Amino acid sequence: MADSLPLPGTVDLTASVPSRPFVDLMHDWVTTVDHKRLGLMYIAYSLCFLLAAGVEALLIRIQLAIPNNTFVTPEVYNRFFTMHGTTMVFLVGMPILFGFANYLIPLMIGARDMAFPRLNAFGFWMTAFGGILLYYSYIGGDGLYGAGSAPDVGWFAYAPLTARAFSRGHTMDYWALSLIVMGFGTIATAVNIIATALCMRCKGMTLMKMPLLPWLYVVVSFMVLIAVTPLSAAQIMLLIDRYLGGHFFDTQAGGSAVMWMHFFWIFGHPEVYILVLPAFAFANEIIPVFSRKAIFGYPAMVAASVGIGFVSLGVWAHHMFTIGMTPMSNTFFVLSTMLVGIPTGIKIFNWLATIWGGHIRFATPMLFSVAFLFQFLIAGLTGITLAVAPFDWQVHNTYYVVAHFHYVLVGAILFMIFAAFYYWYPKMTGRMMDETLGKWHFWLMLIGFHLTFDFMHIPGILGMPRQIYTYGPDRGWGMWNMIVTVGAFVQAIAVLIFVFNLVRSYFVGKPAGPDPWDAWTLEWSTASPPPVYNFAKLPEVQSRRPLWDLKHPEDPDMNYE
Amino acid sequence: MSAVPIVMPAHHPPAEENLSRGTVGMLCLIGGESAIFAIFVVAYIFYIGKSLSGPTPGQLLDVPIFTTICLLSSSLTIWFAEKALHKGAIRVFTAWWAVTIVLAAIFLGGTAREWYGFIYHDHFTIKTNLFGTTFYSLVGLHATHVVVGLLMLSLVLIFALMGKIQQHHADRVAVLSLYWHFVDAVWVVVFTVVYIIGR
Repeated sequence: MADSLPLPGTVDLTASVPSRPFVDLMHDWVTTVDHKRLGLMYIAYSLCFLLAAGVEALLIRIQLAIPNNTFVTPEVYNRFFTMHGTTMVFLVGMPILFGFANYLIPLMIGARDMAFPRLNAFGFWMTAFGGILLYYSYIGGDGLYGAGSAPDVGWFAYAPLTARAFSRGHTMDYWALSLIVMGFGTIATAVNIIATALCMRCKGMTLMKMPLLPWLYVVVSFMVLIAVTPLSAAQIMLLIDRYLGGHFFDTQAGGSAVMWMHFFWIFGHPEVYILVLPAFAFANEIIPVFSRKAIFGYPAMVAASVGIGFVSLGVWAHHMFTIGMTPMSNTFFVLSTMLVGIPTGIKIFNWLATIWGGHIRFATPMLFSVAFLFQFLIAGLTGITLAVAPFDWQVHNTYYVVAHFHYVLVGAILFMIFAAFYYWYPKMTGRMMDETLGKWHFWLMLIGFHLTFDFMHIPGILGMPRQIYTYGPDRGWGMWNMIVTVGAFVQAIAVLIFVFNLVRSYFVGKPAGPDPWDAWTLEWSTASPPPVYNFAKLPEVQSRRPLWDLKHPEDPDMNYE
Repeated sequence: MSAVPIVMPAHHPPAEENLSRGTVGMLCLIGGESAIFAIFVVAYIFYIGKSLSGPTPGQLLDVPIFTTICLLSSSLTIWFAEKALHKGAIRVFTAWWAVTIVLAAIFLGGTAREWYGFIYHDHFTIKTNLFGTTFYSLVGLHATHVVVGLLMLSLVLIFALMGKIQQHHADRVAVLSLYWHFVDAVWVVVFTVVYIIGR
């Protein structure tokens, strides 16, 4: 292993700081502009919301476990599925992925911080404030009208349900305002990531020598810039309708409810790729290291990511096949949706080719990555079936769709987030996560995931609509829903093991050293955890795997690139 | 342990430090803002002629030619100011910068007068009909950007009058003027859509 190798990049001068009062330490965290601390804050923040939204999911599953259940009231149930969706997308998915971006990108490109450190802090605090605003609706949503609590209109909040007449009180206002606030935070972070990756790379790192993770985050950030902003625009319109008496989505004054659907999905579909591309980015870093091979087809990977970015902007109306579009637009969106399969397929084959013939180490990050490959493939295949408009007419807004997108969000994205935790935790804390607990976490998660989401397709095909409160016993959905609920609890146990591992390893984990995985990118060339300045002397690279070059001077990568 | 840079004894490719991060950041912001404007413009075009009651754009709107000329020429004056600062002519810079602010203020005054007339004489508000909703949102969104720009321009003018602006600030001022050019360019689109196509 690499422990014997002297690693460059940092001077280990981190003198032990005398212990300071707790308030001082907190003050440091609140006022920090350090990309590593902000990254960790993003991650911690979204982990809290992951648990909150996970509990909401469990309550939803308990309600649906048996027919004619009255575990929660219909009103509460509506709030749960709305908050679960909104939280998972905006308060868990995006912040956790931006957290890793914040932490890793400057380290991977050999920089001392992001391009705009203060903008970075601004972005985090906007996001944090938005999340608190959303959850405050549970307390403040009543408003002066004594009606409403948390938002209860589904995470896509179709008009005219969101109009004043149907959503009284302040529920929708909290929802819209928090999404605008978080949107601005996200845009700030995206601007920062692009400027960092384009302007802050270390000497010798041309764009085509940049690791794939920053590359994919650049693509993600461009997508954020042009896909999240339409959501903000639509929210502004919604607020104009609700507060100033506008008529954008007011069908009684000539407005159009379908307009909202378009605007929402112009954001909503690219959003899925905004979430999944970072998962690809993690896979791009983890799979090569645990296969002991350089990534297969680096330029193709970059091109495929850019391709996904472009194509994903032109597929949104496949969420709307049932509203009665013209055959021409239906055909267009069927074909453009299927087109996404091509760059995605390139990626899958590149990962397989990377693993092929490699000297594979099945540590926990690699286990999650392999599961990700299979699960993402299946999610993509059900996606192709849904892209076929006539089939979509049959299963639109059924649990088949719910199963499909959870296959992407959990099976691909959450699995890769777990992989990223096990892989980069040693860098962030200086200690390894426990492998035994990691294996328990992985296998329970795998079993729970497949129990839940494999079987969720079946009631969908049998016609069970999403977002329903309960169903009759004669429908034949009861057994499937019970299996799904059991699976959800298995996953919950797995996540609890993960959280326990996370906390426990921080105190008693094995010391990691700077480079525990014998990896090749620059973040492993500095201490774990890295000093505030990241690199005592800014590195200079010759190839995509600078640490390989250093460890193998007889056979450096630059001879082949 | 001493710091050893990761250097192989081969040729050194030149570092890419040509892009200023301020410019990149501003261009990204402009990209995002363009998407917001695109959505509002699409909404405006989609709702042309869909109002169920009057008034119509043709009855109300006068083409604001003079204020448009003012706003568009402010792009030119800010460019003169920028060039002057680049050469180190601080006084020329301050003068052109002040002219830019005056032109922007004239534009905003024009919008204010137009809206005052609509609201107090024609009783045409954002509530009246779809045209009102889309008109005030789109033009108002642009006016908001002019206000933000005006605030930033004024801040720079105050600094300039205090003698705090030096030649080496030229790059930062260039970033700000990039934003101003964007505000002007968007007005071309808004003007075309609202006052020409939509009328």
